[in-house]
Amino acid sequence: MADLALAQALDPEAAVAGRRRLMARVLIYGILGLFALVYIVPLLVVVMNSFRDQPEIARNGLISLPQSFGLDAWWSAWDSYCIGGNCEGMKRYFFNSLWMTIPATLISTMLGAMNGYVLSKWRFRGSEILFTCMLLGVFMPGQISLMPWAFILGKLGLSNSVVGLVVVHCVQGLSFTTLFCRNYYISVPDDLIKAARIDGAGFWRIFWKIILPLSPPILIVTVIWQFTGIWNEYLFGVVFTSGSQQPITAALVALTAGGTTASAYDVMSAAVLIGALPPLLVYFLGGKYFVRGLTQGAIK
Amino acid sequence: MGLENYFSLWANRRWNVAYTNLFLFSGFYVLGSMAVGLLLAILIDQRVRAESVWRTIFLYPLAVSFIVTGTVWSWLYNPSSGIELLVRNLGWSNFSFALASDRQYAIYAVIITGVWQSSGFAMALFLAGLRSVDGDIIKAAQIDGASTFRTYRRVILPVIAPIFLAVAVVQIQFAIKTFDLVAALTRGGPGISTTFPAIYVYDLMFQRGQIGEGAAAAMMMLVALAVVLVPYSLFVVWRRRREGQNG
Repeated sequence: MADLALAQALDPEAAVAGRRRLMARVLIYGILGLFALVYIVPLLVVVMNSFRDQPEIARNGLISLPQSFGLDAWWSAWDSYCIGGNCEGMKRYFFNSLWMTIPATLISTMLGAMNGYVLSKWRFRGSEILFTCMLLGVFMPGQISLMPWAFILGKLGLSNSVVGLVVVHCVQGLSFTTLFCRNYYISVPDDLIKAARIDGAGFWRIFWKIILPLSPPILIVTVIWQFTGIWNEYLFGVVFTSGSQQPITAALVALTAGGTTASAYDVMSAAVLIGALPPLLVYFLGGKYFVRGLTQGAIK
Repeated sequence: MGLENYFSLWANRRWNVAYTNLFLFSGFYVLGSMAVGLLLAILIDQRVRAESVWRTIFLYPLAVSFIVTGTVWSWLYNPSSGIELLVRNLGWSNFSFALASDRQYAIYAVIITGVWQSSGFAMALFLAGLRSVDGDIIKAAQIDGASTFRTYRRVILPVIAPIFLAVAVVQIQFAIKTFDLVAALTRGGPGISTTFPAIYVYDLMFQRGQIGEGAAAAMMMLVALAVVLVPYSLFVVWRRRREGQNG
């Protein structure tokens, strides 16, 4: 340090450059810090309010440091809060979402892996056209498919049920899962498949013994993408289900729309967090894969 | 039969509000999130400490649903509990901030929240792009004495131009599909001031049972998507072919 100070004292030019570099660093961290604050504060506000007393929130506003601490809001939000005349809290909707998301994620990922396998390694006349058609599903707005789905769910007797939503999400998710897996499998060398076929391995054997063991990276990306996407989905949930069958996103909107209880910010904050926790958990545990899915889904 | 549904759609004042909003929202939302995303990406690219912490902070809103974001921000915009109350409690007693409850400005509340939610996404793509730029050309520029600002403007950003286009296309596509965010944040109001095409379709089909006109509106959404996506995919195919020939 002493040497450095001495050198700077002897060399005014270096001192100026050093000061400029310091200024630039301060500026960089200052701006980043400011933005980080803007991103963090809403989450912080919700977390803190879920532990504060309602009277205190009413007095000091949503954005203020907590002066009280309690878990009542969490219990109430989970177990007993009334949403549209049904006083069971969020737990029913939480499990609706869970029982919708897990099967739909697994089934659509599995089907996507098989589609990708066929479309990259067992090409047939028109398979490229078929793939292009499937890609359209990535861009199609959900509104387009509302009426057809309503019709199909009605015919299947699955209207207003979690199972119906599982079916919808399996099919709607196919475009993305197929896209992810097909683009990944295309880089698996064809010679590997050829060699296996010469050794007498068939369609399924190659899939199970060669393709699937190579797949974990893309399967993790796909599962994370599907899980967060389906958990956070609102349109199909609110259109195809009502009352006790709704997923948590639809229940959250119903909860906060309830005019009379509109000011119970403590309970609503806890409810919002219950709805946000699973995808946040997935994000914090598998962030790398989450980002990879995001960039792949966007650029391809 | 015929085009009646389309005529009555375009004669409807609410539909006019909806697609005017879509244009306004798309413009500000796409530019806003790209500007913020690019700024954050460039700052993070300056060899900052704890890079993954910054990235995690800027990206977490993407893991959360628009429903959650919209709900929380509607509280923050609420004059009697959110930002306005905060500033008044700090001593500025006649401060007024009622963005989401003002017919004229509610759309900007939607825009701000949208940018907040998705600029991390632009940041991730830009950062990936910045990292893929060949280090030698950056070094060459620095040896020539170019400042950091100039290096970015003249050397690095032109190289990642395709990423700008990709981010813009993806964001416009999000904008056209915007539904959840508005449903949770303003519910299309106050009045009809933040109606979007997707909200309009939903209302017509499932609240009023005007399925024909609702379907016509949904088709218009599809047309809007096609207008953006068809030229873009043709461009991408064309560029790949050209690169294939050159390489």
